Parts: sequence; structure tokens; C-alpha cells
Amino acid sequence: MTDGTYTTYERLAGPLDDPAGEAGYDGQHPPRMGFFTDTSVCIGCKACEVACKEWNLVPGDVLDMTGMSYDNTTELGANSWRHVAFIEQSVPVHEDVDLLGSLSAARSDGEGAGSPTPASTTPEEVAGTRGADLGMPGVGPPVTPGAQGALQGDREVRWLMSSDVCKHCTHAACLDVCPTGSLFRTEYGTVVVQEDICNGCGYCVPACPYGVIDQRPDDGRVFKCTLCYDRLGDGLEPACAKACPTNSIQYGQLDELRERAAERVEKLHERGITEARLYGHEPTDGVGGDGAFFLLLDEPEVYGLPPDPVVTTRDLPSMWRSAGAAAVVTAAAVAMAFVGGRR
Amino acid sequence: MSEQHVGGEARRNLRRRGEQAMVPDAEFESYYGRPVIKPPVWKVPDVPAYLYLGGTAGVSSLVGEFAAWTGRPRLRRVGRLAGSVGSLASVGALIHDLGRPERFLNMLRVFKPTSPLSVGTWILSPFSAMASATAVSEVTGLLPVAARISGAASGVLGPAMVTYTAVLLADTAVPAWHEGHRKLPFVFAGSALSSGAAVAMVAVPVGEAGPARRLAAGGAALEIAAVTMLEKRIGLPGQAYKRDRAGKLMRLARACTVAGGLAAPFAGRSRVLSVLAGLSLTAGAVATRFGVFEAGMASARDPQYTVVPQRERLAERAAGEDAG
Repeated sequence: MTDGTYTTYERLAGPLDDPAGEAGYDGQHPPRMGFFTDTSVCIGCKACEVACKEWNLVPGDVLDMTGMSYDNTTELGANSWRHVAFIEQSVPVHEDVDLLGSLSAARSDGEGAGSPTPASTTPEEVAGTRGADLGMPGVGPPVTPGAQGALQGDREVRWLMSSDVCKHCTHAACLDVCPTGSLFRTEYGTVVVQEDICNGCGYCVPACPYGVIDQRPDDGRVFKCTLCYDRLGDGLEPACAKACPTNSIQYGQLDELRERAAERVEKLHERGITEARLYGHEPTDGVGGDGAFFLLLDEPEVYGLPPDPVVTTRDLPSMWRSAGAAAVVTAAAVAMAFVGGRR
Repeated sequence: MSEQHVGGEARRNLRRRGEQAMVPDAEFESYYGRPVIKPPVWKVPDVPAYLYLGGTAGVSSLVGEFAAWTGRPRLRRVGRLAGSVGSLASVGALIHDLGRPERFLNMLRVFKPTSPLSVGTWILSPFSAMASATAVSEVTGLLPVAARISGAASGVLGPAMVTYTAVLLADTAVPAWHEGHRKLPFVFAGSALSSGAAVAMVAVPVGEAGPARRLAAGGAALEIAAVTMLEKRIGLPGQAYKRDRAGKLMRLARACTVAGGLAAPFAGRSRVLSVLAGLSLTAGAVATRFGVFEAGMASARDPQYTVVPQRERLAERAAGEDAG
């Protein structure tokens, strides 16, 4: 797909099979790599944040207690390339918190009646091999509802955790608007800043529909996740994925990750966790699909993610048409002011 | 966690689905009320000043060239000088705003059609060079033929100077700017026409400033009309232009622009009135640029401007799919 067969719309915003090829890499380039972050098994350990900082030598920020649950990182930024969000929700007591789908005994309310639950699985067996049927390591939320003492009458706390990261968009607004060529598409289809080129114009910062990239005020340049570009070349997985103890962060070929994610969401639905949904996996979405996509348990905005992100450059042709029309109006107005009278 | 905000549009669209009614009454949800996108890191007054100066310079150059062709030497001189000074100051503001100003030239090592800042740099750089060459000739009297060519070149680039900055702002995820991407170029055109004409009304004797007065009135009318469209036709993000500090600036801008625009046609009789009207229009144009900038910042900081319109879009799409 390197022969320029894409339309202008596809090049700006539409589905794109091969972003690296479209960016000019020849047919020999590696497949598109990415992250699938399955937040249903995130335990909020922040190992990803720490591993990222250590590997990429990302400076620390002033430590502050925010009162936002366990989240003192607060957001992605120049010095936070992974950010674990913590959301505490007060919900009616509901057995659906069993994300590993193994609590067959507790699921007697009929909701999971139609779903195939392994007959041999009891909570006792599960305690030793939790999640083994899904290929997940043995860590997860409390097996018994309210086991953490979160029960208050008929309500309990639902605790959502999610490790956010740069989405490495198929159509990356940061890359599109960068006036120096500092931001570029790698052969893996990811998006990286060349720090020796960036002149700190800051255009990429408000262009990102996810609010990922930011400027280091003391440095002037912008920084963000590189998907460990320096590790990929040596066949290593990114530091955050390497450090993740629950495989919430999965690294791999994007095609495979998408298949794996579809299976995972189907399994969760079968087990009655109907709120599980994928985010950023659709090549038809406003950014042509994300290279780093997610499995969420609530609406995206609850996690601080935009519900319907759009690459701003999708509308660039329309913007320039308007600007052209306004420029013509400007020239015509000046001409008429000189023609329209003699004084 | 979930923040509650008021707003009819939000209320209409963001009822929670039954099984997930964890937060009843929430108008929309956000992560601890934090912004979804990053507000621009562009500095004040650098960037609003850059917008005002670039627009004023673009129109001034064009006015200077028309004055040269129609035999108005003093209007020509003021137009050419304002075009040069304005564009150079605009370049200065742009460079000062960079996180690494010494790397400004990195923007001249590529031309990227997808980056309005790249396109803009390639408009601004030749424009300021041409306008300045013309101004040097105007002041020194050297190379008048060359000045005619460079003057014509700056006149051709002038209208592009005026409107590319609107694309620069609109080509972001900032709701008040992006959603207004069809209107902003006309706001900036109207604002630049009135502010460019205002420079001439202040600096040129009334006898030669007739075109500037007509231009001032027309530009003010265009600016008011375009700002009204911007506030009313782009949904919730339009509210950002009416609220808080941005709202104050936009109201101040409107008052100054209306006053100056109405006075301009009558300013032919009095130099004092001409200067006053010119100053009022200048204040209006400056306030418009600061107001537009501030509205964008406010719409980036408040997650409702990002979340609510996107939710509306999704609801519309879902309704369309159901109907289809």
C-alpha cells in the first residue's frame, strides 16, 4: 500500500491498513505494533508508570496528594507516559464485580444463567487457579463481594483502574500539525518525537484529541510515550508491558491484539459483565483506530478519555476552503473600499 | 469522579443508561472534572498579539498597495510601514513563544501541508520579507521599481496572512476553535480589516483616508456578524465565547468595534474623530483576538466542552443507525 492509492480523506482521517507504509516505509517494514490495555485485570500497582520512568529516564514530578483515590499522577503529560487512573464508584450490590468470571456459585440470580460457566469451577478451586481458564495470571478483584469491607447497606464500592498511554493513532493529529517534522511515524506504525528537532512550538499539545503530549516548561520541548522505540528494535517489549504483573498491558502486533481483545470482551459478556467494551479498536473511528487501545468497564469519559475523538486534520480541507473564501473577501473588501468613492 | 454541571444541552443528552445509573443527575461524566485535552501551552500576550499583528499587517500591506496604485502617497506610506512593522513584530512574538526559540529555523527545513503552522511560516516569512523590503524602499527612496514588485507580492500574501491564523487555531482539538473552523476565518478577516483600516485612520490625514474609513465600517460589520455566528451556530462550544473572562473580552470587543465602525463613516470631517474611531477599532480588534484565545483556553480546560458535543454526536449516529 505504498503506491499512493489512498484518497485524501483516507490519508487524513479514514481507515488505513498500513500507516507506516503510507508514511513512506517500503514493503519490508515490520508489522504495526501496539498495546492492548485490558483494564478489567488492572490492579493499580503502577509498575507500568515506574518501569516507564526508569527505562526512559523520565523526570519525576513534585509529589502531591491529590485526593483523587490512589491517583497522584493525575494525567498523562511530558513527565508521565503511563498514567493509572483510579475511579471509585458507589454502586448497588451486584455480583457482576467478578471479572474473572469464575464465581459460578454467586451467580444464581439468573443473569448468568445462559452463559456457559465451567461446571467444575468452584470458588475454592478458583482460589488456586483464578483466571487460568482465561489465560490471565492469578490476581484480581475480591472473590466475594464486599470482601474489602466496602459494603455500606445495599451499596458497595466499584473500583476501576486503568493504565492510560499515548494511543499511537492511525491518524495522529500531533504528527500532522508538527511544523518541524520532529514528530514522525516509525516503521512500527507508532508516533515518536525527535527531541533534537522539536523547537517547542507547542502545536501538538492542543491538537491531540486525548490530551497526551505536553511540554516540559523548564525544557521547552514536548515529550510523550515512544512505545519504547529503542527497545522494539532489539525485539524487546516496552518497559510498561514487561513490568505489568497481570498482563493488563499487552504488547504485540496490532492485528493479533485486536483479535485477542475481541475474544476477551466476548468472554466477559458471556459471564454477564455486559459493561465491558473496547475503546479505540475500530479502524473506522475518528482517528482511524488507535495503535494502543483499551478494554473499559464504563464510559470512556469516566476514565478521562474522549467518547468520540476525531483527528482535527480531518477537517483541514474545509478549514482551508473557509480561510480561502475569507481571504478573497478580505481582498475584495479592500478593493471595493478604494473603488467605492474618491476621497 | 463524576462531576455535575449545569447546561440544557448536557441534560438532554446525558441521561445514564438504566443498568449503569450509578450517578443519577450527572449531566456528563469526567475524570475528577479534569480536562480531557491539554489546554494550549501558548503564552499570553505572545499568541493573541501575534494574531492581531499578523492580521493588521496583512491588511495594511494590501491597503498600501491599493494606495500606491490610486495615488495616495501618505496612505501608501502608512500601509507599507504598518505592514512591515506589524509582520516583523508578529514574527518576533511567534519566535518568543517557542519553547526553543533558537530552533525557529527548524520550521523552515520542511514544508508540511497538514500543519497550518508550517504553511503559516511559509506565508509569514516571505510576507514579512517582502513587506519590509517595500518599507525600506518607502523610507529611503531606493529601488522604487523593486519596491513595486515586493509591494505587490506582499499585497498578494496579505489576505493569506489575515486568515491562516484562523486555521492555525481551528486545527486543534480545542472545542471552541475546532467547532468554529468555518466561522473563525471570517472573524479574523473582519477583525483584521477593521484594525488595518484603523491604523490608517489614526495615522493618515482625513483627506486621503476615505478608503480606510469605508474599510473600517465594512470590516467592523463583518467582524460583528461573524462573531455572532461563532457564538450561536457551533453548539455548546459557542458558549465559551460568552462566559467568564472570554465573555467579558468579547463584549468589550463588540462595544469598541460597533462604536468605531459607526463613527468611521463620519470621521472624514474631523481628524480627532478619525483618530478616536481608529483607536476604538484597534481596541476592539485586540480584544477580539484575546477573547477568541481565552474562549479556546476555557473550552479546553472544562471537560464539558469536549465530552458533551462528542456524546451528542454519538447519540445522533446511534439514532441514525436505528432509523436506517
